[in-house]
Amino acid sequence: MKKALAILLALIMVFGLVGCGGGSGDAETETGSVYFLNFKPEQDQQWKDLAAAYTEATGVEVTVVTAASGEYETTLMAEMGKDEAPTLFQVNGPNGLKNWVDYCYDLSGSEIYSHLNSDDYILKNEAGEVSAISYVIESYGIITNKTLLAEAGYSVEDITSFADLKAVAEDITARSAELGFSAFSSAGMDSSSDWRFKTHLANLPIWAEYQANGINTTTEIKDEYLDNYRAMWDLYINNGTCAPAELSAKTGDDSRNEFLAGEAVFFQNGSWEYGNLVGEGKFAEEDLTMIPIYIGYGDEANQGLCTGTENYWCVNKEASEADIEATLAFINYCVTDAAETMASSLGFVIPYDTAAESSNMFVKLDGEMLAAGKKPVSWNFTTMPSEEWKNGVGTALTAYAADQTDANWDAVVKAFVEGWATEYALLAE
Amino acid sequence: MEKALKKWFPVFVLPTFAAFIIGFIWPFIQGLYLSLCRFTTVKNAKFVGLENYIKAITDSTFGDSFWFTVSFAVVSTIVINVLAFSVALALTRNIRGTNVFRTVFFMPNLIGGIVLGYIWQILFNCVLSSLGEPLLSLNTTAGYWGLIILMAWQQVGYMMIIYVAGLQNVPPELVEAAEIDGANPLQTLFKVKLPMVMPSITICLFLTITNSFKLFDQNLALTAGEPAHATEMLALNIYNTFYARSGPQWKGIGQAKAVIFFVLVVCIALSQLRATRSKEVQQ
Repeated sequence: MKKALAILLALIMVFGLVGCGGGSGDAETETGSVYFLNFKPEQDQQWKDLAAAYTEATGVEVTVVTAASGEYETTLMAEMGKDEAPTLFQVNGPNGLKNWVDYCYDLSGSEIYSHLNSDDYILKNEAGEVSAISYVIESYGIITNKTLLAEAGYSVEDITSFADLKAVAEDITARSAELGFSAFSSAGMDSSSDWRFKTHLANLPIWAEYQANGINTTTEIKDEYLDNYRAMWDLYINNGTCAPAELSAKTGDDSRNEFLAGEAVFFQNGSWEYGNLVGEGKFAEEDLTMIPIYIGYGDEANQGLCTGTENYWCVNKEASEADIEATLAFINYCVTDAAETMASSLGFVIPYDTAAESSNMFVKLDGEMLAAGKKPVSWNFTTMPSEEWKNGVGTALTAYAADQTDANWDAVVKAFVEGWATEYALLAE
Repeated sequence: MEKALKKWFPVFVLPTFAAFIIGFIWPFIQGLYLSLCRFTTVKNAKFVGLENYIKAITDSTFGDSFWFTVSFAVVSTIVINVLAFSVALALTRNIRGTNVFRTVFFMPNLIGGIVLGYIWQILFNCVLSSLGEPLLSLNTTAGYWGLIILMAWQQVGYMMIIYVAGLQNVPPELVEAAEIDGANPLQTLFKVKLPMVMPSITICLFLTITNSFKLFDQNLALTAGEPAHATEMLALNIYNTFYARSGPQWKGIGQAKAVIFFVLVVCIALSQLRATRSKEVQQ
């Protein structure tokens, strides 16, 4: 009898434990709610404010959760396994979509899609459905400190090609002791900074090759413009603030701080750096500009900034009908009624016909260049086969920076060309 | 008393047992199943059979990281245990400040692996840079020895505490008898003290070997597997397979690697336990 009682008590304790886990209410099922897993940590608060404003206006609950920097994919995976999965999440391009394509709701009939400017800003699945839709366009190039450039005796108008840039940079290096600054901030290859070169700079030879061959993706890249890549990389590492062998440990913060401290004229980065560079105790807008990354290909005088997107929204099709509806309404609100907020508080340029003018000077600059007839460089790094490929190129670049021999450059070429084919072959499996 | 215990033990055992099942057994079984699947989230898995295992075994980076891990485990186990035992011997000699030293040696254990990894990365890079050698992320040899130095620095103190406890339990009459019989200090150490602390050695070897195989944080922070996976240990290799690759096939492969990894660690740990247990003596 007592034994039976013991077992009974134990069972009660066990089920008591389990009971605590379940049993939350289903009150919101009627109206639906939105759960957005945000990719950009720097804009966490702005998204939350926007969500709060939306909730106030419509009564629909919007939860914004931001993944820690570099942890988006792991967070997304964990969250998608839950019952209360994100209804709105992000992918970074065609290869990022491959993980999640089975979870993407078809956006082709949605209202937000009808406002989109161009089909360049969507990703489709194999059946041709619209799986992902971009919500921000960004630009990158070489951010330039105009004051220092003038001190060195040049202006941005002097730089309209790779040859010009090389001449200016090498002249600054030759006189760096007298001038007190270097041409480029450190091209750090720590993981906080190496994406600027293994991804963003590597975009240019890929872009040139795609342009020359009239394609927009390939499973077999060639080495047609890798000499240009090498020339540019040589320029960065040999005209920087530190010895090339030190680059492997330099971080993104190091590079930015050097630029902020006026130790370098040029800093390769993008429009997202606006908040870090302009403001109280930092630069004023008129001190800065952004010039295109010239690598000596094509009509350089008419080359624009590298402009594109790697932020795509996807709506989770596993979510309930009501939640999907609520999510679609929310993203549509973001690009229509909230277009002003997107531009001012988030500083985004959105690729929709409803867009308001952004307060970000680099974004405005891109618009001006476009209006002046300069041709932007598209973001082709979204066609890079994998992170693994980028890491391979990055390691080889770092090794080459430390010891600039032809053999080490051949290793970069090998990682670039053979790595591309290998990784694409793996993707096809 | 005995009877009451028998009667009531389910009350005390079941909650923990249930937690054990929910928190360990069930995820483990689910993990085994997932290693046979292609999946992106755990709820949505498609059975594919042994395909993942074949890919995991044929993946050359997995083999490389296995051998790197083995060579790390062998050297670090020896280094850590020899150092820990020497320090323990020194600190059981009633020298002044013993307690302070014990605390100091134990302290590195209280710092998290990631923090340690980054701090040592800065230290090593400074040294390498002033020597004119390639920095950690380009230098496999430095990465390997760096990991060993870091782990030794962290673990020696912990193992030392276990050895100190073991040495203090060696009956003084045995040591005294050996001395009276004319044994020199070295003979006393090897013939009397060492056999008496065999249980401590069993524990320390078990801990260092399994820790070496499972090492992740320090590896991630110190070298992150650079250059080109050359200093990537098994756990980091599994993590990278699982998270750093895009495409649904990789999750299953990572899971299969994790199962292989588990079996491997269990086999090695059990054979080590068996080998050292047989050397333990009864007092």
